[in-house]
Amino acid sequence: MKHTISVLLEDKPGALARIATMFARRGFNIDSLAVGPTERPGVSCITLRVDAEHHSLEQIEKQIHKLVNVLRVTELAPEEAVERELLLLKVGADPERRAELVSTAEAFKGRVVDLGPDTVTFELTGTPEELDAFEELARPYGIKELVRTGRVGIARASARKASRLSAIN
Amino acid sequence: MNGADAILRSLEAEGVEVMFGIPGGAIMPTYDAMARGTTVRHVLARHEQGAGHMAQGYARASGKVGVGIGTSGPGATNLVTPIADAWMDSTPLVCITGQVRSTLIGTDAFQECDITGITMPIVKHSWLVQNVKDIPAVIKAAFHVASTGRCGPVLVDVPRDIQEAELDFTYPETVDLPGWRPPRKVHPLQIRDAAERIAKAEKPVLYVGGGTINGDACDELRTLAEVGELPVVTTLMGKGAFPETHPLFFGWPGMHGTKWANIAMNTCDVLVAIGSRFDDPVTGKLTAFAPGATVIHLDIDPAEISKLRDADIPVVGPLKKAVHELAIAVGKHRAAGVPGPSAWVRRIEDLRDEFPLRYGSGGEWLKPQKVVETLQELTAGDDVIVTTGVGQHQMWAMQYILTEKPRNFITSGGLGTMGYGIPAAIGAKAARPEATVVCIDGDGCFQMTAQELTTAVIDDLPIIVVLVNNGYLGMVTQWQDMFFDGRRSHVGLGADVPDYVKLAEAYGGVGMLVESEAELEPALREALSLNRTVVIDCRVDPAEQCFPMIPSGAAAIDMVEYQDPVEATS
Repeated sequence: MKHTISVLLEDKPGALARIATMFARRGFNIDSLAVGPTERPGVSCITLRVDAEHHSLEQIEKQIHKLVNVLRVTELAPEEAVERELLLLKVGADPERRAELVSTAEAFKGRVVDLGPDTVTFELTGTPEELDAFEELARPYGIKELVRTGRVGIARASARKASRLSAIN
Repeated sequence: MNGADAILRSLEAEGVEVMFGIPGGAIMPTYDAMARGTTVRHVLARHEQGAGHMAQGYARASGKVGVGIGTSGPGATNLVTPIADAWMDSTPLVCITGQVRSTLIGTDAFQECDITGITMPIVKHSWLVQNVKDIPAVIKAAFHVASTGRCGPVLVDVPRDIQEAELDFTYPETVDLPGWRPPRKVHPLQIRDAAERIAKAEKPVLYVGGGTINGDACDELRTLAEVGELPVVTTLMGKGAFPETHPLFFGWPGMHGTKWANIAMNTCDVLVAIGSRFDDPVTGKLTAFAPGATVIHLDIDPAEISKLRDADIPVVGPLKKAVHELAIAVGKHRAAGVPGPSAWVRRIEDLRDEFPLRYGSGGEWLKPQKVVETLQELTAGDDVIVTTGVGQHQMWAMQYILTEKPRNFITSGGLGTMGYGIPAAIGAKAARPEATVVCIDGDGCFQMTAQELTTAVIDDLPIIVVLVNNGYLGMVTQWQDMFFDGRRSHVGLGADVPDYVKLAEAYGGVGMLVESEAELEPALREALSLNRTVVIDCRVDPAEQCFPMIPSGAAAIDMVEYQDPVEATS
């Protein structure tokens, strides 16, 4: 079972390394990790996609929360959060096949960000599932290079008070 | 003043009385500041590992934060074992290390190593100080983090140029750690549920760990046990949390604990874990551990709840408060007429009579158990702190020393650090000079940190080392004999080298040789009367094995009893 966890932490040296080290040490699996600033100066947000097959989500969350720089740990439940990811994809495409590839990308609200003699580079933002789907459609053309940011997420306005996993005492 | 002075003024402001360390290049400004004057006593160790374990022994004997100090590079890496040990056993420890100059960090400079990186998985938190103005706040925060919530080690790494830079010193009143909020309250509904379940239990057991001592909850524990008539077992780390001559005390659980304690825990209907963490030497095969028990788990660390064994009723919070409130709530049930589990207590007493600790006569040989048993007889009721190394002698110490008070039995439990005993004893002596400090050590452990006997002599911190010398890495030998078809692989240490009596004298202490039961008591009596650093080399039966025992991977209930010793082969 996979879960998305949003971690607010102080933007201090080593704060990200402490989380990564703790995951490695305890044998927790990270599928993806995205980190960046938030609306609060000095506070960063890490969005983690974790695999809780061998460890309970509760145990993973509690161990994150014990880290001194961590301010808040929240699970982003799928129905209560918006999740997005960015994909950059360089595909082999002869000029005569470009049109159909571009129209496929347009169906996903993707856009061309670079053109070469025999490649096209697309930028695509969407849910991780949409990116997966586009990736599959582009695959027959010959994927040259692919990078994804890992997902970031935010709780919906309609969500119940964001499920604060760390609310133990 | 400069950063180095600020470090010392900060330690003084924290009430630090003793620190343990060794100087070196990158920490020289701070040692220079010591030479200019400080109220903090500095004990010069002979190896940074010794300094770290001394700081741990100091912390465990006193309840205060231990302080270890060393230079960069190898000085810092030598502190890694004590830091890991303090992490596993939740010992409050602040380690201060010098670092190469800020401008040299990352250049592979002389004696540079990334000690904050190396120790990241084994500290509660660490700081690499980058601005001299941060020193007071960082040290304040370091002591706060080490000693609040679940205790543990922290590291403060200070580059040499930061120690030399100037600042206007003011010590902060408060800490600025928005992410560090250890539990301070106890949920009343959890206490109510726990008390009801405990009061109505027919076969309850209190499974008490080292967190009870760290949480200063031992008086409250005694009240809980007495008002509830609840039998108590204490783990190796919890030893001393409950008086071991108390009628409700029923030994120690786990791999070399007593059979009656293990049967009681594994057949109980309500298991109340108090500051203990279901680690594998206690549980044996986890899936077979206490199968019928409702688990009530009290701990300051929420992450310990349901980490290994699901808790039916979790109680998170400071144990002093939690156990106090639990005792009151259980007492109300008893006052209302809910009877105590007297038949169950009788049953455990019967088990104790049925499966007592025992060992053979051994013919000519002095038995190691006899050594510890005699020490117990001679020191019962005295203010004695016992420390140990790790191995067979440690388990015999657990079984035959009866600890009456918290902080009087100090050992390496979680990490199992051989060589812990001697420096921990020296640290304990520094914390409580009026107490007699005895290190029960093995000959393997002794040789890992024996150089600290110099520190004991020169810094006037006399300790007695009772060396349980069987000439082997005894616990490994026992396992090879039991589980590796007796193939002895590199476990023989030699019976005559080194000469421990001469070695003790070389370090400026007193050496004694005990080769028979008849020589044992007079030697121990003399050592206890000398107020000097003494090593008593007790030559014990090399074939003696440590029992009872839960074989590796087996269920705790399938504990093996004492067996006659296997003939030793050299």
